[in-house]
Amino acid sequence: MARLTEENVRLAREIIGRYPKPRSATIPLLHLAQEQDGHITNDAMAHIGELVGATSAEVYGTASFYEMFKFEPVGKYLINICGTMSCALMGGEELMHHAESRLGIHMGGTTSDGLFTLEKAECQAACTEAPCLQVNYRYRYRVTSENFDTLIDQLQAGELNSEIPAHGTVASVRQHIPADRGVGAVAPEDVTEGPAWLDGKAAL
Amino acid sequence: MTTIDTNTEAAEMPERDPNAVSITINGRTVEAQKGDLIIAAADAADEFIPRFCYHPRMSPVGMCRQCLVEVEGPRGPMMVVSCMTPVAEGQIVRTDTPQVKRAQEGMIELLLANHPLDCPVCDKGGECPLQDQAFSHGAGESRFVEEKRHYEKPIAISELVFLDRERCILCDRCTRFADEVAGDPLISFTQRGNNTQVMTFPDEPFASYFSGNVVQICPVGALTAQPYRFKARPWDLEQRESTCTTCSVGCRTVVQSSRDELLRYQGVDSDPVNWGWLCDRGRFNFQSVNSEDRLESPQVKSGDSFETTSWSAALDTISRTIRHATPGSVAILGGARGTNEDAFMWAQLADAMGVTMRDAQLDDGLPASIFNYSQATIDAACKAATVILLAPDLKEELPVLHIRLRDAAEKKKIRIIEISACETGLTKHAWRSVRAESGTSVTAVQQLMADPVVAAQIASGSVVVVAGRANLAEGAEHTMAAVDAVIAAVPTASVLPALRRGNVRGALTLGLAPQNGNDAVSILEASANGHVECLILLGADPMNDVADADLARRGIAGARFVVAIDTFLTQSAAHADIVLPASAYGEKDGTTMNLEGRVTNVVQKITPRGTSRADWMIAAELGFLLGHDTDVTTLADVQKLMAKKVAGFGTTTTAVAVKRDGVVVSIPTPTRTAFAAPTIAARNSYEFRVDVSRKLYDRAVGTITSPALVNLAPGASVTIHPLDLERVGAAEGANVRVSNNHSSIVLPVRSNEKVPRGTAVVPFNQPGADIRELVRHGDSVVDVRIESM
Amino acid sequence: MTSNPGGTWPHAPGFIEGDRPRIVTSRFEYEDSYTLQRYLATDGYSGLRAALGRPATEVHDEVKNATVLGRGGAGFPAGNKWGLTPQGVWPRYLVVNGDESEPGTYKDRLLMERDPHQLIEGCLIACYAAGLSQCFLYVRGEMALAQERIATALNEAYAAGYVGKNILGSKFSVDIVLHWGAGAYVVGEETALIESLEGNRGMPRLKPPYFPAAIGLYGQPTIVNNVETLANLPWLLRNGAEAYTAIGTATSPGTRMVAVSGHVKRPGVYEIINGITTFRDLLYGEEFCQGIRNGNELKAFVPGGGSAPWFTPDQLDLPFEASQVGPAGSMLGSGAIMVMDSTTDIPRAALTLTRFYAHESCGKCTPCREGGTWLERILSRVVDGKGTDADLDQMFEVGESICPGAFPHASNEKLGITAVPFPYRMNTICFVGPSAYAPVHSALTLFREEFEARVTKRTLIPVTAVAQ
Ligand SMILES: Cc1cc2nc3c(=O)[nH]c(=O)nc-3n(C[C@H](O)[C@H](O)[C@H](O)COP(=O)(O)O)c2cc1C
Ligand code: SF4
Ligand code: FES
Repeated sequence: MARLTEENVRLAREIIGRYPKPRSATIPLLHLAQEQDGHITNDAMAHIGELVGATSAEVYGTASFYEMFKFEPVGKYLINICGTMSCALMGGEELMHHAESRLGIHMGGTTSDGLFTLEKAECQAACTEAPCLQVNYRYRYRVTSENFDTLIDQLQAGELNSEIPAHGTVASVRQHIPADRGVGAVAPEDVTEGPAWLDGKAAL
Repeated sequence: MTTIDTNTEAAEMPERDPNAVSITINGRTVEAQKGDLIIAAADAADEFIPRFCYHPRMSPVGMCRQCLVEVEGPRGPMMVVSCMTPVAEGQIVRTDTPQVKRAQEGMIELLLANHPLDCPVCDKGGECPLQDQAFSHGAGESRFVEEKRHYEKPIAISELVFLDRERCILCDRCTRFADEVAGDPLISFTQRGNNTQVMTFPDEPFASYFSGNVVQICPVGALTAQPYRFKARPWDLEQRESTCTTCSVGCRTVVQSSRDELLRYQGVDSDPVNWGWLCDRGRFNFQSVNSEDRLESPQVKSGDSFETTSWSAALDTISRTIRHATPGSVAILGGARGTNEDAFMWAQLADAMGVTMRDAQLDDGLPASIFNYSQATIDAACKAATVILLAPDLKEELPVLHIRLRDAAEKKKIRIIEISACETGLTKHAWRSVRAESGTSVTAVQQLMADPVVAAQIASGSVVVVAGRANLAEGAEHTMAAVDAVIAAVPTASVLPALRRGNVRGALTLGLAPQNGNDAVSILEASANGHVECLILLGADPMNDVADADLARRGIAGARFVVAIDTFLTQSAAHADIVLPASAYGEKDGTTMNLEGRVTNVVQKITPRGTSRADWMIAAELGFLLGHDTDVTTLADVQKLMAKKVAGFGTTTTAVAVKRDGVVVSIPTPTRTAFAAPTIAARNSYEFRVDVSRKLYDRAVGTITSPALVNLAPGASVTIHPLDLERVGAAEGANVRVSNNHSSIVLPVRSNEKVPRGTAVVPFNQPGADIRELVRHGDSVVDVRIESM
Repeated sequence: MTSNPGGTWPHAPGFIEGDRPRIVTSRFEYEDSYTLQRYLATDGYSGLRAALGRPATEVHDEVKNATVLGRGGAGFPAGNKWGLTPQGVWPRYLVVNGDESEPGTYKDRLLMERDPHQLIEGCLIACYAAGLSQCFLYVRGEMALAQERIATALNEAYAAGYVGKNILGSKFSVDIVLHWGAGAYVVGEETALIESLEGNRGMPRLKPPYFPAAIGLYGQPTIVNNVETLANLPWLLRNGAEAYTAIGTATSPGTRMVAVSGHVKRPGVYEIINGITTFRDLLYGEEFCQGIRNGNELKAFVPGGGSAPWFTPDQLDLPFEASQVGPAGSMLGSGAIMVMDSTTDIPRAALTLTRFYAHESCGKCTPCREGGTWLERILSRVVDGKGTDADLDQMFEVGESICPGAFPHASNEKLGITAVPFPYRMNTICFVGPSAYAPVHSALTLFREEFEARVTKRTLIPVTAVAQ
């Protein structure tokens, strides 16, 4: 039940600073909160509201619209198996059945050791590599039952720790705009003129 | 068509409004304004297009799709949502084709797919647009055999409002209202798609002063108001249009009753005033009229208690007392809670009796000379280039004026300059907001006016000053002098007086303003010194409302004989010798005047409680007994006399004549006396300057006698800056001692970084220790010491 | 199992075999295609340099002359779109649509993962030409690798002076901000994308009255372009509009990326020649998909993403040309082809798509929110063998409430039906509502007997995969 840590508040302010209006940082900050706690807590939403100038209800309204935000703890590994057309045509449903029996849970469930949560996902933009799945948003393509079992074994053994961070972290690289290189965000109402390079002449 | 010479035609034609657009709706050509939406143009032309999400006072969202119509396009007729599509010259609109009908039926069928069929137990049943349209525009039969959506049945989203998500059709009206109009986005859509639902944040209720409006605008029974739930069926209700007199904004309402009991107030859309909105206090305090504790018959003091007496005996005693009183020793306080007719008749009586001691205010407003400046209307303020606020937090005191100004600022129609001791509800909408602690507003105004950027803004167009008493621990002369300072810099500026009580402007205008400077303070002082032999409290409760508690006590105690005319046995009335029961709002006809000077009607909807009478009747009878017969027996008689005697009150201002939007009366302006800002003594060891300001919910009689509202008052406390709290060395919420040389009280302390350093904010008239013990009317500002205990 | 995120592939999407022009996939053959080093070694940022040497209006004209069709679905020419911004209103923004979520669509992710600098360069050229003062690159939330690659590329590009203040020493200054979503298909719709970028629920805004080019992000003029659209610009500025229009046809110049998935022998992402390549070339051609798997018959295919009405073998000879595919009853959309062979259980296949759109409805419009779910419920009842004949007609009735009037479909010789051309009329704000109906309508129109077999037999069909 945590507000953002000091380090994350610093990151949050850096992210907010990139947008002409702070509210735009809402989704990135929700990701940051989920990275911190594994899921989104009420305290974090209230804190984000303070940071971006929104009420908690507004932050919750935004957060609950999006599939990736979880309001209850999920497993360390969230396994999303695609169930949309191309994957379904290529055996996605069998893969789900297999996953359910291998992990002993239903789609939507979490294993009792807290390691795995299974979810049925919508099209993952890997349709030519069907059936596919994601583990914490890292792809696995043309997954057979055997592949799936190997994957679970590897995850259980911690062999993929370097490749797949625990649930909450999506990208493990962040954008950083160096102070001396960035133009900086300006509130739209403070801009009155067209950009400098539009004077009709060559810019160089 | 024959060829005509366009030049001569143009010359002969009356000039056409350049914004006029003519369109054809169902074959009929109608005029509309550029920018109008088709649905609004159709409404104006009496062509009803069904709708759920569209609301003329909010931005359209095009969510429900019920308002689809056909518009002729280059590729044949196109289906468009009429609530989002603006009119265009020559546009051909059809609202009655088979395609439109099919779409409407389809939408109704889809909306009903997940809607429970619980109309018989639903508050909305009988006045439900969904129910109505299912009859008029639906196919009649549901083919939806699937299981409907299920949610927990009504959940309380605040103390006043319940939400039944199963009934919700997701029109976005309540959520849009909360965000756009009220500025309290505490409810939001959550989840997505077929699971979309309106919700609050967990454990954060929809605590908005305007929450009742969402109940009114909900097109189904998803939102219900706690005070009205299961109270009546719409077809049992009778209603009349009236004006809310809770505060001086004067919102238009309908008063609804059943079996002679008030059951509900609903907002009515008056374009110059409230746009259909009400605040919750005004909406729900009808409960007060129905209260068990209402006075029902005249009471006479006998020992420590009261005995019921007859009207004739009571009036006889009063008239004898007055007749035997030394000339000039009768005083009248109050009158601002009644109708114009009430105030007028009491003023007539006072004139006849030679009473010079009268005041409709209780040292809690501004001198009546605030009306002597050039006056502005609400609309004028909402269209001004610059609005200068020298006023209390309007959200707390005049909530719907707050809504109007907020809207104008949000839509960038006006720029607000605020001068206040603390942040207010409008601070975040202000173009400039300066913190001026109590006693320094004149200096703040002068500094602002000297700023070239501000000067340029002020020079850019009209200026309206909203002036009211922001701080009851600061003399009114500060505000008056600050207004003077603005006018000195901008002589063309006009003033919108933000006085608070329902009909304060009417009462002051119609003769209950102080004479020769004999205001409430000096009347109470005189009374304390034994110079008042009969004190008449006309719906006034000085012991609760006068900021100087000590003065109020001494004043009431010093009066030889006290008459209280009221709806309840107030704290002051409890000290009276005779108490007369007055008819309340909804029990009498008449007119009222709002802060702009707009006269509208108020109506009787139910029988007056017990033997209670309208104030004007009491004045007329007492006058008769005292030999000042006015020959008045009906309200019409009063109004005739009023029209004759009061300049500006013509026949257009009678209760029969004033319609929804009323009439703004303009009274000739007497000359104005200038106010000088008093110099303030140094603070010495009292390091905090007190800001005593009102909250919407306090111990006002209409609030504490309304069960739905009584628990909403925040309670007494003192709020200071977090760093000051640290210096005082008290924990948040702990009790601290607040004292000055007059007295000392104990209050819980809170911190808020929005309170400037050195300022202590204490809400007025709250349950708990009373800050008024530290306030003395002679002190221009009030400084205190705060110590941890 | 192919676990490698973007490294070696069983075959490289964006095939490098065959002798076709490659405008956007030219670097895919390199292992390190996503690095600045490789990018610079393969003409990287020379398009930007070329652009900066010319006045902005000239660069804009070059793009207009090339008729770069939008690759996000609607196919509106990018140069013309930029021209729709109102005169003299500042600031203007660029929002890059990298939310790729349309069923079957797989191309933008490859472009982001494998050639992020090409996209960045494209963004810069667009900003320069159209006077856009800040760029937001909105990447789908579930694409961790794409986000990482873009973040890395942006960090490199900032350091090297390609992005930010005074780019390449010129007056041209622009920030590119990586923004990422959180899982909601409808956010791909451009106005929902803007709402989402403003920190709100991703619900589409109504148009008219306003298109984002006039009133978009923060109420300012905003250009929303698809990733692939922008990825075309570096090549275009390097080689000129003439070279660009020399490829493809006059109305559909250049190339486009298409993803072919489902029952073909060699599913993959291919860069094909616009306007010329036919569906038959693609599905059966040796350098493309090499025919239907196991030598099966082709039963049907979705030609332009899950929202598109279906085609059958009758339409195989149509080229990738909007002006031909529209009248034939469907659309090219996002360049996603999903192929169904003769073994496909058609009602189940339709159900997966309808379920998708019902699930992804934002909830704003009544017909989409209620109608989409209702269609899904009826269809799944039918698929489970619990439906009635009346249910089949009821689906058309619900569809009529979403899209009034005739809904587009393909002609079919065997059934003796002629095509109803695209587009349809709709009672909703965006295309999600109609998209829930499109597969139902196509499947019921073209394969009604499969549905009737389900309802008349009244037997419970055992739960199996779509493919049998
Ligand atoms: C429901 C819906 C989903 C969409 N999803 C995407 C998407 O994922 N990616 C995309 O580029 N365009 C998508 N679009 C199209 C965009 O609205 C928009 O037309 C496009 O990004 C414009 O870019 P372009 O002109 O470069 O094609 C979608 C449209 C709709 C109606
Ligand atoms: S059609 Fe569906 S997804 Fe699109 S705006 Fe309407 S409800 Fe939302
Ligand atoms: S009233 Fe127009 S869409 Fe609801």
